[in-house]
Amino acid sequence: MNMKTTEANNQAAQAKNKAKNKTKTKEGSGKALEFYGQKLESRLLLGTAQYPSPQVLLEAIEQSKTQIITVSVRRESGSSQDGQQFWQLLKQSNCKILPNTAGCHSAKEAITTAMMARELFDTPWIKLEVIGNDDTLQPDVFGLVEAATELCQQGFKVFPYTTDDLVVGEKLLAAGCEVLMPWGAPIGSGRGLQNPKALESYRHYFPDTSLVIDAGIGLPSQAAQAMELGYDAVLLNTAVARAGNPVAMAQAFDQAINAGRSAYLSQPIEPRDMARPSTPVAGTPFWLS
Amino acid sequence: MKSVAVIGSGVAGLSCAYYLLKAGYKVRIITASHCPDEQCCSWWAGGMLAPYCEQESAEPLVETLGLESMAFWQQFAAQHQLSYQAHGSLVVAAPRDQSLLRQFSEQTQGASWLDNEQISGLEPDLGHFSRALWFENEAHLEPRAVVLSLWQACQSAGATIETDRRLSLSEIEGLKGEVDWVLDCRGLSARDLMPDLRGVKGEMLHLHCPEVELSRPVRLLHPRHPIYLVPRPDNVFMLGATMLEVNSSKRASVRSMLELLSAAYALNPAFAEAQIIEIGVDARPAFNDNLPKVRVNDNCLSVNGLYRHGFLAAPAVARRVVDFINSGKLCDEVFDANHS
Repeated sequence: MNMKTTEANNQAAQAKNKAKNKTKTKEGSGKALEFYGQKLESRLLLGTAQYPSPQVLLEAIEQSKTQIITVSVRRESGSSQDGQQFWQLLKQSNCKILPNTAGCHSAKEAITTAMMARELFDTPWIKLEVIGNDDTLQPDVFGLVEAATELCQQGFKVFPYTTDDLVVGEKLLAAGCEVLMPWGAPIGSGRGLQNPKALESYRHYFPDTSLVIDAGIGLPSQAAQAMELGYDAVLLNTAVARAGNPVAMAQAFDQAINAGRSAYLSQPIEPRDMARPSTPVAGTPFWLS
Repeated sequence: MKSVAVIGSGVAGLSCAYYLLKAGYKVRIITASHCPDEQCCSWWAGGMLAPYCEQESAEPLVETLGLESMAFWQQFAAQHQLSYQAHGSLVVAAPRDQSLLRQFSEQTQGASWLDNEQISGLEPDLGHFSRALWFENEAHLEPRAVVLSLWQACQSAGATIETDRRLSLSEIEGLKGEVDWVLDCRGLSARDLMPDLRGVKGEMLHLHCPEVELSRPVRLLHPRHPIYLVPRPDNVFMLGATMLEVNSSKRASVRSMLELLSAAYALNPAFAEAQIIEIGVDARPAFNDNLPKVRVNDNCLSVNGLYRHGFLAAPAVARRVVDFINSGKLCDEVFDANHS
């Protein structure tokens, strides 16, 4: 695997820097990404819908270096095993498959779909979506908590697609989720992080939980911003699938996410309200000018 | 006279048969259908000849094949008194999805922007849209009339058509000994020989709506379900089509119908009063790159994977197949070297 990750490099750098005591990186944040005990190197989770062709999808997966791909399970196709061929194709990518319950509007529907997905893909992982509004595709957080509770009890490893509401996040953790996936913006909107302040609070409020920005990302810079806020990973689909060149865009996201993560670990400077000259100019009382 | 057996009577098989007959071959068509019927996905096609619009998601080869096929259809339609409507096609989006329209124009060529007044001039019943993309050089035809006409043209050119015969693999093997060439144009049924062929389910409707008049296909962009409407004679409209990664299914889902009908309603609320004439479901045969492929095995050529580009690609692919049979000349674009 060519993921000689920044992560590993950072860890090495961190150890080295500690010894020298010269430069600093964020304490304790260099730990590897882990979802339900599964260690991962790539911090990009990629959706598999809407690509021009399966071939383009497979190339995009490769260039993105992702290790987790999400797959939508329609109950219709699940029951008849008819979607098998497309899923076989996805298995060729050697990525871990995270089935999702896209398009489910009630806890009951989502639970049924999750059961089906567990059988089809032989995995307890499920990306849980309970959609509250068909137009904005925003989560129905009440149905989400209800479905998460039931699924966690049944041994599922739940990845809930949620809002940036802290209390909902708490309830999902209480239900047994170990990962939270707040949205950046409505699904497919490509608007980036609509409420960075709330997402920042979310990160601080759940310091030890794996947090993934799920949905709304349109540009690599937005994914980098999420990583700079300290999020553990980013999940996206449309931004790559519908780009003019999905394969090149997949690579761009990989680079941006690595850049954002490195920046977060490197203790960025605090912004100030005014410019600060890096060296005082002799004879000029700069604090008066 | 060299003989060729064509298996399958969809637009791929009939286009090949038609070209072969023109080139002087003795042609046998063997088909599971009884007549041009709903057993092949050509029956359910939209019949849009939209090589420019397709560039939004298809490889450049589709445009090349499409432009060549359009010239063929135009001539064929003129010779057989068929409707070939060269009025272009329109692409519109809801006010809040204008970004999709801009993106569509960036990913395609050959379109001009129309404002509200120009749209009303072309299609009065779409007058509520403020902007549209007009692909002036596109066209549409009526797939069922075309398939029937091709079928009859092959018959009158001397082809024998053996109907209601679904061949087993051993029968196909036997056929190779009886004729000079076998063309396997069975669409998705050929998965028995080509495991990398997959089905992409499509659902469509025919609506009768006396209140709406349209003269050209219209695409309505949407972030999740882009849908098109193709006018047929007598205020009938073909509304299509879903694209699901499902190998086969004979039933339409409520969800798909909701998506399709909502789109029609968004194009013009008068569609709420339309009558549903027919609901159609089938699966398009496709390879991983969604491009047509010709594979050569001994004296058997398989012609498949036309995906959603049956009418757009079939004549151009058929011409390349006949060139190969005539002269042994391989056309790299469609011949699949990995499997030949």
